[in-house]
Amino acid sequence: MSEAREILVTVQEVWKAYDEGRVPVLQGASLEVRAGEMVALWGASGSGKSTLLHLIGGLDVPDRGELHVCGHDPRRESDRLELRRRHLGFVFQLHNLIADLTVEENLRVPALAVGRPTAQTTARIRTLAEQVGIAHRLKHRIQDLSGGERQRVAICRALMNEPRLLLADEPTGSLDEATGDLIFSLLKELAVRNGIAVVLATHERRFAEACHRWLRVRNGKVSDA
Amino acid sequence: MRFLSLIVVNLRRHRLRALIGIAGIGFGVAAMLTILGIVNGAIGMFERILATDSHYLVLEKNVSDLFFSAVRDEDRAAIRALPNVESAHPLLFGIVSSPGFPVITCFGVTAEDPRLERAEWIAGNRAEFGRRLGEIFLGARAAEFLSARLGDDVPIGATTWRVAGILKTENGFEDGGVFMPLGAAQEFFHRGGVCSVVAVKLRDQSAGADFKRAVEAAHPGLIALENREFNQSYHSFRVMKTTAWAVGLCAFLLGGLGVANTMLLSVFSRIREIAVLRVCGFSEGQVAVLIFGEAMAVALAGLALGFALGLAVLAGLPHLPQFQGYVQATVGPGVVIGIVVTALVTAVGGAIYPARYASSIQPAEALRYE
Repeated sequence: MSEAREILVTVQEVWKAYDEGRVPVLQGASLEVRAGEMVALWGASGSGKSTLLHLIGGLDVPDRGELHVCGHDPRRESDRLELRRRHLGFVFQLHNLIADLTVEENLRVPALAVGRPTAQTTARIRTLAEQVGIAHRLKHRIQDLSGGERQRVAICRALMNEPRLLLADEPTGSLDEATGDLIFSLLKELAVRNGIAVVLATHERRFAEACHRWLRVRNGKVSDA
Repeated sequence: MRFLSLIVVNLRRHRLRALIGIAGIGFGVAAMLTILGIVNGAIGMFERILATDSHYLVLEKNVSDLFFSAVRDEDRAAIRALPNVESAHPLLFGIVSSPGFPVITCFGVTAEDPRLERAEWIAGNRAEFGRRLGEIFLGARAAEFLSARLGDDVPIGATTWRVAGILKTENGFEDGGVFMPLGAAQEFFHRGGVCSVVAVKLRDQSAGADFKRAVEAAHPGLIALENREFNQSYHSFRVMKTTAWAVGLCAFLLGGLGVANTMLLSVFSRIREIAVLRVCGFSEGQVAVLIFGEAMAVALAGLALGFALGLAVLAGLPHLPQFQGYVQATVGPGVVIGIVVTALVTAVGGAIYPARYASSIQPAEALRYE
């Protein structure tokens, strides 16, 4: 990746603990992510990968340390909201879709948050659904979809508001190996095609190695692998 | 999908809970509509009884109820003789009973009373009124529930009376009541020489204040009130109205608790979903609006259900023989507005805590632990 690309994420000496400080998770973690690059956070379960993603995504706030994401400070509520609405997309291990809504209704949720016009939303859904191969499933309920299809829908939803950064937390973790490979390939292809940076949290080394860059998360710190 | 359709979709997804909330509000609305409709109808009927062809009512000062008011015959005659008075009709209220019908309103009136004049005479005629002892005249509805026809003997109290006429009036109380000549009523109710109220019609209504002063100066124990003034100040009307609103509000309180419970359950079962909405860019305000919107939709559906139920009940009640025609519901715009506002306020009130709870859900925490 070119070093000249814009830095989207800066994490400097970030600390985070749970249970009133009794369970330390991140202890001075630092990293940078540039526009368009795919970075893996690789580490064992409980190493702090998800926590780091949540802090970058403004789903949680650090105890201390500096954070800048797409020109915003995720420690501030107003910035967090703006980040989630305009700059970030999330994909989780469990798809976190609304089970008894249709695929299309789920995909409309992010557009609803930003008040995007219906016609524009419909066009965007069609484009993304065709890219990930679920165009024929738009009217189906989530509960009628396979695990791989659900994760495809989750990726579509994450891309609905045209984010610059995708945060993927073990997106293949609940899938079988073959489906996991397909989803990872799809994620990578979409990121490249749409010029989106991806931070992927994974405990599987093969996925980490397939990214542009991979970092190891251990003992609450981030280091080059 | 617009924001509104997300609200509808959410209610559809949790339809049982939504229906329980709708039923809660609906029954509250129906209860309030029924109670207020009946009470306002009863008050309206009573007001019309008093206001028949009159401008002022003269009654005893400081009585809690008109049934306890006593205006002496000589005072009535003096009032009738005042220069601006065109007519002064006495009315003695009483309650009589007949086997199977413990409460029947009785009106002691004179033959000149405008009620008799305006009524449609189904049997007998006004000229017969008060001509013979032991005779009564029945409202059409009373004749119906007493199964009495002209010339029949009807047991009322300890004695038997002959039905000398049947008259139809538009007023439910009158139509379900018994008319007695004033003298007979005074004797029957042991209220010799008095009536409950005198309904006065003036020649020049603009000089009403002078009439009022004249009555109160010459008869310190009496008070003259304009009909409108009486309706606003009459203690019994106020008690009835207040009671009706209080009972109705209690019904709404239960409905409100139902909405609060429904919305709270709805939020608790959707914590992860709400966290996902927050992840997708919903602000705390948007989440709160979503919950309030669902509560408002429940309230609107409850209002529709409640009005349908309540109006059906009000339409059916007058046909029940137990009510003896005394139910003549009145649902004015004030009542409708009051009920709509109360239902919406109840729904919003019931949704405050669930909305606050929902908007305070921290996405990371909700996604991590559920």
